[in-house]
Amino acid sequence: MKRVNAVVVGAGAAGGIVAKELAVAGLSVVLLERGKWYTAYDCRKDDLSNQRTTVLGNAFGPEDEGNPRVWVDPRGAAHTVLPSEGSYQNDAACVGGGTLSYGAQAWRYLPQDFRMRSTYGAPAGSSLEDWPISYDDLEPFYEKAEYEIGVSGDYSGTPFHGPRRRPLPMPPLPPGREFAILEPAAKRLGLHPFHIPMARNSVPYNGRGPCMRCRWCCGFACEVDAKNGSQNTVIPIALNTGNCELRTECMAGEILTDERGRARGVSYFDARGRLQEQPSDLVVVSGCATESARLLLNSKSRLFPEGLGNRHDQVGRHLQGHHYTGAVGYFDFETYDDVGPGATIAITDYNHGTPGLCGGGMLANEFIRLPIHMIDRLPAKTPRWGVGHKQAMRDWHKRSIVIMGPTQQIPTAEGRVTLDPTVRDKWGLPVVRLSGNVHPHTFEIGEVQAKRAEAWLKEAGAIDTSLMSYKAELVSAGQHQAGTCRMGSDPRSSVVDRNCRIHDVDNVFVIDSSVHVTNGGFNPVLTIMAIAYFASGELVRNWKGTGFRS
Amino acid sequence: MDRKSDDRSALAIPRRNARGVEFGPQETPMPMSGKAGLVTRRQFVAAGALGGAAMAVGCAPGKHGNWEFLSEDQARTLAAICDRIIPADDFPSASQAGVLTYIDRQLIRHFRRHQDAYRSGLEQAQAMSRKRFGQDLSALSQQEQFEIVSDLSEQNGAFFELVRGHTLEGYYGSPRHGGNRDAVSWRMLGLPEPPPLGRAQYDLRKGSPS
Repeated sequence: MKRVNAVVVGAGAAGGIVAKELAVAGLSVVLLERGKWYTAYDCRKDDLSNQRTTVLGNAFGPEDEGNPRVWVDPRGAAHTVLPSEGSYQNDAACVGGGTLSYGAQAWRYLPQDFRMRSTYGAPAGSSLEDWPISYDDLEPFYEKAEYEIGVSGDYSGTPFHGPRRRPLPMPPLPPGREFAILEPAAKRLGLHPFHIPMARNSVPYNGRGPCMRCRWCCGFACEVDAKNGSQNTVIPIALNTGNCELRTECMAGEILTDERGRARGVSYFDARGRLQEQPSDLVVVSGCATESARLLLNSKSRLFPEGLGNRHDQVGRHLQGHHYTGAVGYFDFETYDDVGPGATIAITDYNHGTPGLCGGGMLANEFIRLPIHMIDRLPAKTPRWGVGHKQAMRDWHKRSIVIMGPTQQIPTAEGRVTLDPTVRDKWGLPVVRLSGNVHPHTFEIGEVQAKRAEAWLKEAGAIDTSLMSYKAELVSAGQHQAGTCRMGSDPRSSVVDRNCRIHDVDNVFVIDSSVHVTNGGFNPVLTIMAIAYFASGELVRNWKGTGFRS
Repeated sequence: MDRKSDDRSALAIPRRNARGVEFGPQETPMPMSGKAGLVTRRQFVAAGALGGAAMAVGCAPGKHGNWEFLSEDQARTLAAICDRIIPADDFPSASQAGVLTYIDRQLIRHFRRHQDAYRSGLEQAQAMSRKRFGQDLSALSQQEQFEIVSDLSEQNGAFFELVRGHTLEGYYGSPRHGGNRDAVSWRMLGLPEPPPLGRAQYDLRKGSPS
């Protein structure tokens, strides 16, 4: 197979951007994606089979057949789990990755989110740490992501955001009924509500039309292609350069190294299951936190017996996502306007600054709910079945509002991805084994956040509320998974340096949420994208012909 | 209590075919080659006995007749449980809305791993019913069924939760999977059917609606 400059593994939020940046800079790129390339026509609007409700499977991969994982519960029992089960911690496997079907909230982290240890100190037993880069380092790349991918919204309502040079490129969508109910209530509480930044066209942008405001958004592909992911922005640009080849349904098995310990390419299984080797000058791993860690751990050789980048047993540790808590409010008037995409209003007043709490998180109204989502969100006294449950569905489906948010998790070294010693996937590769949890202080923060959501709903006129707060038995890593290849300056406590290059090998990079030291109290995608622009920029700057400037 | 599998009086679940005509569970329509229209299971079986060709051309019946996985006895027991989880009121019960079709279909597809749980759980429910009331669960009054299902939820919570989840999903989920027939639950909740897709509501050429 013809040698190329770069193999990028994973065509998601980060991989798509890396492929585009390298291809535009003139490098030859092979972009490997284990899933398929779906289009707007694959939207399907199936409320039982999408990426959010998976009772009949994932719509955009991976499929249940042949892709198991193992989850170790707190009592030490190992369970083999399927991609459609919650404890699998799935992220979509397709071109665009999670960005094909996400809700598309496009947040910048706050400056404090990059300095969690300095701000709060690390709680005993946690691995809370500062990033080696700051908000200011990333600011230009946040802006680049907002303009190249396309983000609508309006930050002007809140003082709680980092400095920014330009406003968002698109105005927010017009407010829905929930916005109209919640905004004055938040203001009465002295909070600062505003329009959520969304990677979704509110006006024609980038050659595609605006959101048509259907209520089948989060978890579904966009029928009119108004939701912006890597599959309809940067990946087409990468392909148009002529320098990038996208190979779908290709599963990377191992990063190959030479006798001097440098990467020489990637071996992968193609769409017909044949083992192929793609030689390359450098390798970029962008498979998301669980799968990137797995690929490194599966890349064992004489020089790297524990896997690539894993000399100090750091690959796979500090796994984190978000701890979602909130409240449901029930009203004596209709709150439901049948207009998508749902989440419209947020506050970031509670992300930092509460005495006694290491952080917090954003709170927002929930993405629009379909009847299936309401089944277990009825008032606490509702019977779980029978005619009372049926009546409650009729009473409350159109008269309720959900407020929830991603509490920033306090990571631990024990919440981690390893390889399962026995279970294999359909390609014969050892699968992800998930164990441990985040620091228990996370759940205390989540509880406070739930009560804040409840207070907001009550102020808005809720006649009844129920809290959504719990202590998770497993690290919540799903679509917001992060942290497994921590960025840092000390090779003994991190996997990659500030430019996302692994400490051990000078031509292997991990560029995705794996490098997040902490994961903010926000949906992580815009930060993943900003880091992808930042790290690709550094990579290209240091590139000369077939190697790196020393 | 022993029932012949074609005793349709035991389970009077109204169903509706594509033309809006109600038919019982034993009369699930099956396409036949050459002939226009729909036939009952009995006719279908008879036709099959006469000429194997019909079997090869039409959609093959499940090994248990109308159901792909369930036996007729299991279907009756399951219908009784599902209809206590979502009883009929002004709107149809779970089984009237096709929830059994939803579950049965998925038991040989996405719910394959739950086959054993269904087999033994339904057997347990039936045994509880016979022990306490001396009759099949499906033959009991609604109040008696309620008591058995309540007991079941305590004695075999795992199975009950499984059925509860599947029943609610089937009833409130997309009609394409066989439950929520004619989007009956969505209309019950006052949601427009078909759901507004935006295209119908908004003129895309003018940008987003305000």
